[in-house]
Amino acid sequence: MKATISSDSFAVASGVDSVVVELNRHDLSVIKTGSYGLAWLEPVLELEIDSVETTYRNVTPQAIESILKSRANKKHDLQIPNIETHSYYSTQQRLVFDDSGIKPPVTVPDCSLLDSVLNLSPTEIIDAIETSGLRGRGGAGFPAHIKWRTVATTESDQKYIVCNADEGDSGTFSDRMLMEADPFKLIVGMIITGYATGATEGYIYLRSEYPVALNFLQQAIDIAYRENLLGKNIRDSNIDFDLDIFVGAGAYICGEETSLLESLEGKRGEIRSKPPLPAIAGLLGKPTLVHNVISLASVPGIFQIGAAEYGALGVGRSTGTMPFQISGNVRQGGLIELPFGPTVRTLVENYGQGTLSGRPLRTVQIGGPLGAYLTEDELDTPLTYEHLMEIGAGIGHGGLVVFDDTVDMREQAEYAFEFCEIESCGKCTPCRIGSVRGKETVSQMRNKPGGDRIRLIEDLCDVMEKASLCQMGGMTPIPVRSAMQKFPEDFRGVKP
Amino acid sequence: MSTSPHDFSNRELKISDKQQALRDGIAPYASQLGGLIRALHWVQHKFGYINPEHYVDIADVFNLSVAEVRGVVSFYHDFRTSPPPKHTIRICQAEACQAQGVRALTEAVEERLNTKMNSQTSDGLIELKAVYCLGLCSLGPSMEINGELIAKATVKDLERVKR
Ligand SMILES: Cc1cc2nc3c(=O)[nH]c(=O)nc-3n(C[C@H](O)[C@H](O)[C@H](O)COP(=O)(O)O)c2cc1C
Ligand code: SF4
Ligand code: FES
Repeated sequence: MKATISSDSFAVASGVDSVVVELNRHDLSVIKTGSYGLAWLEPVLELEIDSVETTYRNVTPQAIESILKSRANKKHDLQIPNIETHSYYSTQQRLVFDDSGIKPPVTVPDCSLLDSVLNLSPTEIIDAIETSGLRGRGGAGFPAHIKWRTVATTESDQKYIVCNADEGDSGTFSDRMLMEADPFKLIVGMIITGYATGATEGYIYLRSEYPVALNFLQQAIDIAYRENLLGKNIRDSNIDFDLDIFVGAGAYICGEETSLLESLEGKRGEIRSKPPLPAIAGLLGKPTLVHNVISLASVPGIFQIGAAEYGALGVGRSTGTMPFQISGNVRQGGLIELPFGPTVRTLVENYGQGTLSGRPLRTVQIGGPLGAYLTEDELDTPLTYEHLMEIGAGIGHGGLVVFDDTVDMREQAEYAFEFCEIESCGKCTPCRIGSVRGKETVSQMRNKPGGDRIRLIEDLCDVMEKASLCQMGGMTPIPVRSAMQKFPEDFRGVKP
Repeated sequence: MSTSPHDFSNRELKISDKQQALRDGIAPYASQLGGLIRALHWVQHKFGYINPEHYVDIADVFNLSVAEVRGVVSFYHDFRTSPPPKHTIRICQAEACQAQGVRALTEAVEERLNTKMNSQTSDGLIELKAVYCLGLCSLGPSMEINGELIAKATVKDLERVKR
């Protein structure tokens, strides 16, 4: 008998460790995997007997005894169809998360794809990235090939690849899931990126809130060094690539790439003014390619299916697949990787199955704490960079947070300013002071008509948008304004 | 010739055993990229907090000014400059958890512990801290008790804190 159980953070936080103890007590050895991304079912247990697989959801230690007994007559309350046949999973198109939940995260990887890509020339690789249309998954959606070519063509004795694993946005967890389920995907993506741009050193900047990811990632890197995937002359080529993890220390702003580089150098995470771009002068002043985890982990998939095929996925200039994440007040929260283009409603209603509370949905915040709140009507917007831009929103890192009708949008606007106050790096006045003033002003509107204060906040938003040094101050107006303009009834002083 | 009062060259630097242990512990980080932050993590892991009395030692090993060390320590939410209480409870205050009722949960926890967010209980045993996203957003509200992650947290989870 073979027992496989997810042991990523979703499962750990849902008590999987005591389930494993119980399975061991029944003399079952357990294979630990990452999560399939059907978060509401965690911990998911798969039992295989005589090559027949049976799957159980929300497994507790108390349930193990009855699950093992029920094997003979094959009926148990917690039994569900195998995940591969679950419509939440089977309708996805996975290129980044294809192995997640299936392969154990820290076994020796199959290197055939990497070997074949390393046989291409750096220029061929960058051309393929251009053909694929890959855009950065960290938030801004900047075309990847432009940064790659800049780093590749800038002369320097040393270049770096920096993986942004700071994932600070509320409602996002795809970076974490990937690192916990399939860290080799990221490592292989970084090696290819390094080879193509001439960078021989890589760093993964990991937020400190992710201890489970740190553990899996460290084990994977150790194996990669042992298997000659990392280090000198990797895979018996003349390519060198070293990789190290750097753990942050709790600062949302360090997700912004220049703040991240300061922090990685051991300093306060204060924003650098651009130019110079990191691709020209980044880490220690050297050409540096900064990419989000999912951007880098998308690279192997591009070569797996072919750049042209990858570029044909999605809509217009939003090509390839995106791991969307649904969370908040939703029945079936989790990760859904699909080509760009499904509507917000498809994700929230078809996959998410509506609110967990059963109450009417009021709004969805898209793209993290600096993202817009959408109205019910706007849920029909297709998830592409272009369509969202038209309604003043952005995909960000792909997080969709669902709220039911108990949400007070004035409170959400106040929180947007408060978050900016807490996380501002303090370098420029519009953000450092503006956030405090904004919070105070929105707070004064509690149970009082907005009146002149609405104008005041609009002015403040104008200043922050135009005069902030980075998007922390520059984009805080997005959630504030979307809340005020689209839900004005919550700013009239009477609680809805 | 009498030595100037400003000449420290012959004065013996008194370094306690604890200081020496700290200096030895962080020395390997001095040559690494981002070594100061790596070293501060080590100090906090080893001693539970970063004692401002040790800024001098840290600055010395890293060839920085005390002000620079203090500046880095104060920038990051993780670093603490006073001894940690026996228990630390962190509750996620970010949007996805707000949508799942974390404001009410926080109030209930504050009431139960008779303390406020980002402060300690009067007996100094428990610290309540805000955190912004633990990456469990689909299973909120999220909490962390002494490093242990908890999905779909309720006030009942406080029972995991054994005073
Ligand atoms: C306030 C702020 C926070 C950010 N946080 C993150 C983050 O947590 N992760 C991330 O990948 N990018 C984040 N970014 C975007 C980065 O600055 C940068 O654009 C990104 O790492 C580039 O990688 P990509 O091209 O792969 O998207 C943030 C930007 C800002 C302004
Ligand atoms: S906008 Fe805020 S976070 Fe960005 S540089 Fe200015 S103060 Fe720092
Ligand atoms: S928002 Fe609370 S865990 Fe992500």
